[in-house]
Amino acid sequence: MLEKALVGTKRYYGLLAILAGIFALGFLFYLKQLQFGLGITGMGRDVSWGLYIAQFTYLVGVAASAVMVVLPYYLHNYKAFGRVTILGEFLAVAAVSMCVTFVLVDMGRPDRVLNVFKYPTPNSVMFWDIIVLNGYLLLNILIGWNVLECERHDVPPPKWLKPFIYISIPWAVSIHTVTAFLYAGLPGRGYWLTAIMAPRFLSSAFAAGPALLTLLCLIVRKYTKFDPGKEQIQTLAKIVTYATLINVFFFFCEIFTVFYSQIPDHMLHFQYLFAGIGDKARLVPFMWFSIVGMITAALLLVNPGFRQNETTLAALCGLVIVTTWLDKGLGLMTGGFVPNPLEKVTEYWPTMPEAIITLGVWAMGFLILTLLYKVAVSIKEEIRS
Amino acid sequence: MGIDRREFIRIAGLSTLLGLSGKGAFELLRPGQVEAALEPQKGALEGKRWAMVVNMQKLDDATASKCSEACHRVHNVPDFHSPKDPKDALDPAVINRYEIKWLWAEHFHNAFPGEEQEMPEKIKTLPFLLLCNHCNNPPCVRVCPTKATFRRDDGIVMMDMHRCIGCRFCMAGCPYAARSFNWRDPRPFVKDVFPGYPTREIGVVEKCTFCAERLAQGLMPACVEASRGALVFGDLLDEKSKVRETLKKYFTIRRKTHLGTNPQVYYIV
Repeated sequence: MLEKALVGTKRYYGLLAILAGIFALGFLFYLKQLQFGLGITGMGRDVSWGLYIAQFTYLVGVAASAVMVVLPYYLHNYKAFGRVTILGEFLAVAAVSMCVTFVLVDMGRPDRVLNVFKYPTPNSVMFWDIIVLNGYLLLNILIGWNVLECERHDVPPPKWLKPFIYISIPWAVSIHTVTAFLYAGLPGRGYWLTAIMAPRFLSSAFAAGPALLTLLCLIVRKYTKFDPGKEQIQTLAKIVTYATLINVFFFFCEIFTVFYSQIPDHMLHFQYLFAGIGDKARLVPFMWFSIVGMITAALLLVNPGFRQNETTLAALCGLVIVTTWLDKGLGLMTGGFVPNPLEKVTEYWPTMPEAIITLGVWAMGFLILTLLYKVAVSIKEEIRS
Repeated sequence: MGIDRREFIRIAGLSTLLGLSGKGAFELLRPGQVEAALEPQKGALEGKRWAMVVNMQKLDDATASKCSEACHRVHNVPDFHSPKDPKDALDPAVINRYEIKWLWAEHFHNAFPGEEQEMPEKIKTLPFLLLCNHCNNPPCVRVCPTKATFRRDDGIVMMDMHRCIGCRFCMAGCPYAARSFNWRDPRPFVKDVFPGYPTREIGVVEKCTFCAERLAQGLMPACVEASRGALVFGDLLDEKSKVRETLKKYFTIRRKTHLGTNPQVYYIV
């Protein structure tokens, strides 16, 4: 099937070339980072994780959200999703590849990464995160590839694949739960020390992931002969709607506990993010845009008119992606580290090389996504004709 | 000089054996020798649970900075304010991000946030010396994915800078900001390299080790020696130790005890 990724239109090759170019640029800057050290980024002793780990966290969510198309199809026999499960699974493969790369890029000593396997440490959540992420990557490659191949030859998927498909459903939930546990179990970080972190992670993931998938479906329909289907897109839209609503609800649950209890080391982080502390208020506009935008998107999406019109739906999905990204990709890391354990405020902002390396990893992910989607779409077109 | 063929083969064979099997070769030739070498050196200070008391009644600004200087000197901690070569001078904002601190002074409200009691005005401006608390229940050890940071039987929370992968999970885990990361090559900022301790490469985390390398030589921690009696160090489980005596006599506080980390640095206010 891989041969399908090798032939395509000029536009396809053009897209690949652009993505490969951005990836190469990011790689050059990464070489510079290897040589100079992580001091090339905006991170420091107070904000010791930044854009890289934030992208990792956000993308684990995107990867986990594949379960939102797999579950209805395999557990509820919702036939319509049979057409889009492959898009969800391949999106997960691309997203997890980016996650793993972001973790690697964030490491001070990537040459020693195998120490994690040489000295396995089950009491570290990171150990489990590496296991569940790599397991999820393998599961999705295995399932996606085999199902697609069977579809091509018009035979039912082999029986031995079923257990893997069922395992992949709770596994998807596990990857984002374990990722939340990276943060939610640290005693001195009030912003992260909350039992609702994993639920919030999942709700924002199930909003952002299917929103991205909706956009991808619309793009696939526009530029290829394969139509993921109107009903499929509408069902995805409903998933985005309710996940966004639940995400907003969870946010206010958090706000209530933090501000009604009035425990200072929990309140301070929210104060920094939404009001600023002293003259340090770099993230304030972004955070307000994030929460107001998310509420707006949720309320408009509930309205069938906006949801059924695919133009407004696309715009609202875009809004969901941007606002959840600001919340998780920008606010989550910095908010957890500011103020620091000595209650001092050091702000964080990514540097240019850091942003380029980040873009490079995204380009790598979208390159993988483009290749995989090319295979999937070509096979789907072949079946139709 | 000259060795005959037989002698040459013998030496070559032995070196190959050593090279191939390392410790195993030692075992074969002189059983028990390597284990013996791991025993503590004669005269080393040994304890069951090392602890430190910081007596703020005896600590003024000058003494506090003497303590940090002593610590940072014998551990080759870089000073980003003064590069060896003036060409390497850094921007102040960058220095704040890169800074490596093993032992440093902060005011009370930073050392003990959320604990501001009614207390004499002058205490608020005292130089509270901060360092790794060598917690009995250390979150940094719990989160480290490679056991590069670990707790020794004598309570010292150690750091293996050769195993650390630089993921900085321990820095997120430490509620005392006691850990530093090498964001850049520190060597151009170590003016006089102290030969008794290694300098560091980029990409690893480091922190106070209660001077484990000095204890092994029978020496007190460098900061304690420089403190003119303001810092007391000893074995908490030894009834006759000086820390134990001091703790019996004075009321002490510890940082963020509500987090359950059980810090082993005590402050007399």
